Amino acid sequence: MSAGACNACPAHLQMAKMGVKVEDCDHVVALAGNPNTGKSSIFNALTGLRQHVGNWAGKTVTRAEGAFSFGGARYKLVDLPGTYSLLSSSQDEEISRNFLLFGQPDCTVVVVDATALERNLNLVLQVLEITDKVVVCVNLMDEAERKGLEVDVRSLARDLGVPAVPTVARSKIGLAELVSSVASVVSGETATAPRRVAPSPAVQSAIESLVPLLREAVPGLPSERWVALRLLDGDERVREALVSGELAGLASHQRQPAPLRSSRITAIAGAQ
Amino acid sequence: MRAPVTTPEAVLERGDELRERIGADLRDQIATGLYLQAGRIAERSVRQVGSGSWDFDQKVDRIVTSRWLGLPLMMLLLALVFWITILGANVPSQLLADALFAVEDAGASWFVAMGMPWWLTGLVWHGVFRGLAWVVSVMLPPMAIFFPAFTILEDLGYLPRVAFNLDWLFRKAGAHGKQALTMAMGFGCNAAGVTSTRIIDAPRERLLAILTNNFVPCNGRFPTLIMLSVIFVAAAVPPAFAAIAAAGSVLLVVVLGVGFTLAVSYVLSRSLLAGEASAFTLEMPPYRRPSILRILYTSLIDRTVFLLGRAMLTAAPAGAVIWLLANIRAGEASLADHSIALLEPLGAAIGLDGVILLAYVIAIPANEIVVPTMLMCYLGGTMMMDVSTYDQIRAVLVDQHGWTLLTAANLMLFSLLHNPCATTIITIWRETRSAKWTALGALMPLGIAFAVCFGAAQAARLLS
Repeated sequence: MSAGACNACPAHLQMAKMGVKVEDCDHVVALAGNPNTGKSSIFNALTGLRQHVGNWAGKTVTRAEGAFSFGGARYKLVDLPGTYSLLSSSQDEEISRNFLLFGQPDCTVVVVDATALERNLNLVLQVLEITDKVVVCVNLMDEAERKGLEVDVRSLARDLGVPAVPTVARSKIGLAELVSSVASVVSGETATAPRRVAPSPAVQSAIESLVPLLREAVPGLPSERWVALRLLDGDERVREALVSGELAGLASHQRQPAPLRSSRITAIAGAQ
Repeated sequence: MRAPVTTPEAVLERGDELRERIGADLRDQIATGLYLQAGRIAERSVRQVGSGSWDFDQKVDRIVTSRWLGLPLMMLLLALVFWITILGANVPSQLLADALFAVEDAGASWFVAMGMPWWLTGLVWHGVFRGLAWVVSVMLPPMAIFFPAFTILEDLGYLPRVAFNLDWLFRKAGAHGKQALTMAMGFGCNAAGVTSTRIIDAPRERLLAILTNNFVPCNGRFPTLIMLSVIFVAAAVPPAFAAIAAAGSVLLVVVLGVGFTLAVSYVLSRSLLAGEASAFTLEMPPYRRPSILRILYTSLIDRTVFLLGRAMLTAAPAGAVIWLLANIRAGEASLADHSIALLEPLGAAIGLDGVILLAYVIAIPANEIVVPTMLMCYLGGTMMMDVSTYDQIRAVLVDQHGWTLLTAANLMLFSLLHNPCATTIITIWRETRSAKWTALGALMPLGIAFAVCFGAAQAARLLS
């Protein structure tokens, strides 16, 4: 992709880096992913900031925040520490998971390594359990190509039920497409239908009997199935959040749900 | 009959009941489900079309992480970085010193011509400005070379290989293998190194990494080591080998620092922080071509200028303090002379002197200003223009202030081992939230530095 074509693209014209000006943002976008998949590179490219980037797993240990604007709206971008999973409980996994659940981002971009898709999809599926509003960013496409791998991003998007965008963050390829997918998911223009792992019948019925109780205890709770599953698994952090009223706080801060029926684009194929 | 309002506790209770019924393998079930699903989706969307360069990385790794070649190769790379830094920093350092001291003289004459009082001229030009000039000329060139060179290794993906090579050593010391990574971060800045210990999950091993991070010399201390090795080691060998000898001695100090890291970890993990090293997985990222332009930009603008700015912020008041100490008299002698005389016995006992200890006291906010402070104390009355080259500094130290090889060696040891700077101490507090560990993190290195330097001085005196 030549730089000329980029500059002429309407998406590029609507985009502006806003660095650390994170106040008064209209939307919050979280950046999650396995370690060393290029999250920080994407963060830097979108916000114009210069978070430290290095080729090793784990260099981002704190949550970095930056901002960009697109199509007249201002977005706050939160770079989360890289994690392989949201199930176990190391400190950086806690930070990421708590932000996805309690920070209630308007959209979560999960950055995946195109050369190790299988391992990376594990985290994507876990994020999809928590939130519907996800865009998968298939990064390191150049490395995949060098290794003789062909990644069919359309098929991936179809299977996951959320938009998937191929990128090469280091060369700033695919970022305009990424941002417009994010905008479209945030606005509800792209309706997502995330793929969830079907639990065993026994677990399924346990969830079904717990969710109504949960709904009564905490009306309007987002991600209720996920919370129920975590309770069944005996997750200490979630138990604590339920008793302390943190989950109830979440429910009352829920924004007005976007009118889903008005979606111009249903399913994902059109987002490519 | 259902209660009208379900309490959170009731939900928990019901959840626990249901959990009993499902059985204990729920987590396994969830994980297996995720793996199967991920596998299926990946299989459908990824196709291997060519053989690609999968094995190139593996071939390189076989050498870089090999049992016999791994460690020597690592030392060689580190020596190369030091060698390039020393070779490249020498000339710019002198040019900067010449230029800045010329400005000092011109500025002072201008103040005199304007009829400013003598103390203002002294405070502004021979105090504040001189402190800044020393910091810039001593620190800027080595930093501007070391940072990019080190970042290239990091960008390439070399650091995890270092951790891999050193893992067995850290395990034997009872520490976490990822401590090698946090140690490497400490080369840039110990405060950053302490923050980076968050990648270590186990609290015990994380504390070990925090408490020992100080034993790798940060960028603020490298210029001290480089200057001493150039003045005392390089000068003792034929010019053709000077840079190599200097790089070698800096490398030796760094290896010694790693040795102290391991030894202190070993002792702590068998006393205060007893426990076994926990297992972990370490990902070997693919080798990536470093993006040179970005590296130059981030390491020069973000890190070098940032650290230099911080050093200048502390150097300016330090310069003023030294000038005041040297010019305010109490009885016969200046305040500086009094404090130097007070510290002299302690300094002499550990093979250093009162001036060096005074410099370390003034330089608690930032290690970068130790050498500038020391030189300003030594050169109190001298015109700066006369001592801008390393040879001239050597002449002043050896001929006028009685430095020996022992002084230089002990100063290198002291610089390696002494207490962390104020920023790092604050960072340790922030990461541990414990007065006990913060105090230990500050005082233990200081104690070790005094003990080691005292031992070295006694040994040297016995032998001579």
